Amino acid sequence: MDKKLFSFFFSLVAFLAVSFPVYGAGGEALEHANVNVRDTAAIQRGAQTFVNYCLSCHAASYMRYNRLAEDLDLNEELVMENLVFADVKIGDTMTVAMRAADAAAWLGKAPPDLSLVSRSRGSDWLYTYLLTFYQDPSGGWNNLTFPNASMPHVLWPLQGIQKPVYATHDGHESIDHLTLAKPGIESPEEYEDTVRDLVTFLKYLGEPAEVKRKNTGVWVLLYLALFALVSYALKAEYWRDVH
Amino acid sequence: MAKPASSIAKSADALWNWVDSRLPVSAFWKATMTGYHAPKNFNFWYYMGSLALLVLVIQILSGIFLTMHYKPSAELAFASVEYIMRDVEWGWFIRYLHSTGASFFFILIYLHMFRSLLYGSHRAPRELVWIFGMLIYLALMAEAFMGYVLPWGQMSYWGAQVIINLFGAIPSIGEPLTEWIRGDYFISDATLNRFFALHVIALPLAILGLVLMHLVALRENGSNNPDGIEIKANKDENGIPKDGIPFHPYYTVKDIFGVSMFLLLFAFILFFWPEAGGLFLEHDNFVPADPLVTPLHIKPVWYFTPYYAILKAVPDKLMGVILMGTSVVILFFLPWLDRSPVKSIRYKGLWYKIMLGVFAIAFIRLGMLGMSEGTPAQTVEMRVWTFVYFAFFILLFFLSPRGKTKPLPERLTH
Repeated sequence: MDKKLFSFFFSLVAFLAVSFPVYGAGGEALEHANVNVRDTAAIQRGAQTFVNYCLSCHAASYMRYNRLAEDLDLNEELVMENLVFADVKIGDTMTVAMRAADAAAWLGKAPPDLSLVSRSRGSDWLYTYLLTFYQDPSGGWNNLTFPNASMPHVLWPLQGIQKPVYATHDGHESIDHLTLAKPGIESPEEYEDTVRDLVTFLKYLGEPAEVKRKNTGVWVLLYLALFALVSYALKAEYWRDVH
Repeated sequence: MAKPASSIAKSADALWNWVDSRLPVSAFWKATMTGYHAPKNFNFWYYMGSLALLVLVIQILSGIFLTMHYKPSAELAFASVEYIMRDVEWGWFIRYLHSTGASFFFILIYLHMFRSLLYGSHRAPRELVWIFGMLIYLALMAEAFMGYVLPWGQMSYWGAQVIINLFGAIPSIGEPLTEWIRGDYFISDATLNRFFALHVIALPLAILGLVLMHLVALRENGSNNPDGIEIKANKDENGIPKDGIPFHPYYTVKDIFGVSMFLLLFAFILFFWPEAGGLFLEHDNFVPADPLVTPLHIKPVWYFTPYYAILKAVPDKLMGVILMGTSVVILFFLPWLDRSPVKSIRYKGLWYKIMLGVFAIAFIRLGMLGMSEGTPAQTVEMRVWTFVYFAFFILLFFLSPRGKTKPLPERLTH
């Protein structure tokens, strides 16, 4: 009877968990970023894009350059030559020279620090966001995923310029999809790869220890499985004489 | 023991005797472990207590190491947590131990409490065990709430804002009371600093004291069991309960096995899914606290959401706070609300099985609704389940004396 009770209770929890709609979801569907933080080459390419296009305005002030070198299998000279443009030392964090007050005055809002953006927004959101910039009829930049974002489309030389195609649903007009009005340096597929690499880097940036955490976890679980076997045998041995 | 001893073993024995004749170590061990006879039919539900104790130790140890690197200041707190995650050796492990431990503490406590509802462990003569347990639960809620403020993320800040403002609903003293709690006109450095003090010293001390009382009261009458009958009613010629087995070694080795299975699950979450999809570590809490930007959707961590749903189910703030308070306080009275002649669900009729099942659904569902966005349809559902939640206690009081029961066995069954 207790077994039944037990399985009833847990199937109840499982049922409720499955039947409940995803809480707090943002609404429209996001593209899947399919990032892999074990892909060191992708993180290296993403880091390159990050320092070239993002780091002039966005800091990653919890990330140290020498940690980057260590985790990405790069030597420190290489990092200093290729990834560090500011006047900083290898042990410094990825800060920007722009003062927050100036940035707010120039851009309307100081660009947020990106150290943890992948943990607050998620990789899929970042990937979709960077793919859905378009040029408004007014000529300004806008974004489908984050309407009226204050960030201009910094990667436009790579992607080109997308324009919205409107459709009318139930009497009011809304954006149906985007089309590439002016191609950039990269083809759409190449641009998707660039963005995926950048998001992979951002994911790494959010938790540099992730790969180490998972690698450690495998050994911990193996050890605990062994411990469980031994402790079960011990328990069974002692309990043989309990009837 | 009887082997011819080496001189080292002899000196060790002498030292041991010296200590034991001055400090009652072996007497204590015998009274609480080897000479204490526990019912022999403990099942799955009886692992939760020892596991909760294990998690308490994990929280204290990981907390000590976090305190070495954390900075309790509005200016530095958020960055110091990231410093722990990135620059401190194994800092990420210490931090995830603590954050995963917090959620697992509540999972275990909820299962531990549910066990009481199944087998009537809170019934006479164990009412004080239950009362001390409830006090631990309250202290744990305060501990968890204040701990959640410390990383100083958006949810830390705005969650604290919402919870502290609940006290503002109390007529006339409400506003001054919230100021007194915060130590400021708004949540600020002063609030963070005092929460740190309470989180690392005051509440852990209170919890340890209460856990001690919980265990002392438990050993006084011994554990209940899945049959809900007293094993002391059937003793052999030596005065030992016939259905009892020495706690040590039988339940120590069994609990060690429980620990190994628990740690497998715990380590899996810690190493592979520490955010638990935003349940254990909320996404918005990776954004530093900003008093000028209110998050779209403020919600407490999952273990508070059943009560949060009860709060939100009521349109009037004061009434909501009262109802939410009542929903926790009513649990204290459970030993006297259940008046059934039998303790265990095994010998209660179908009426109790249905009631408890529906109550469990209500609690879980309220927890899910408490983290939802609160659409009008969800608000209606919150009201329904809030009604069901309270109906359980009222029905229990009136139905339990006359509800159908099965005859109790003489001895433990399985």
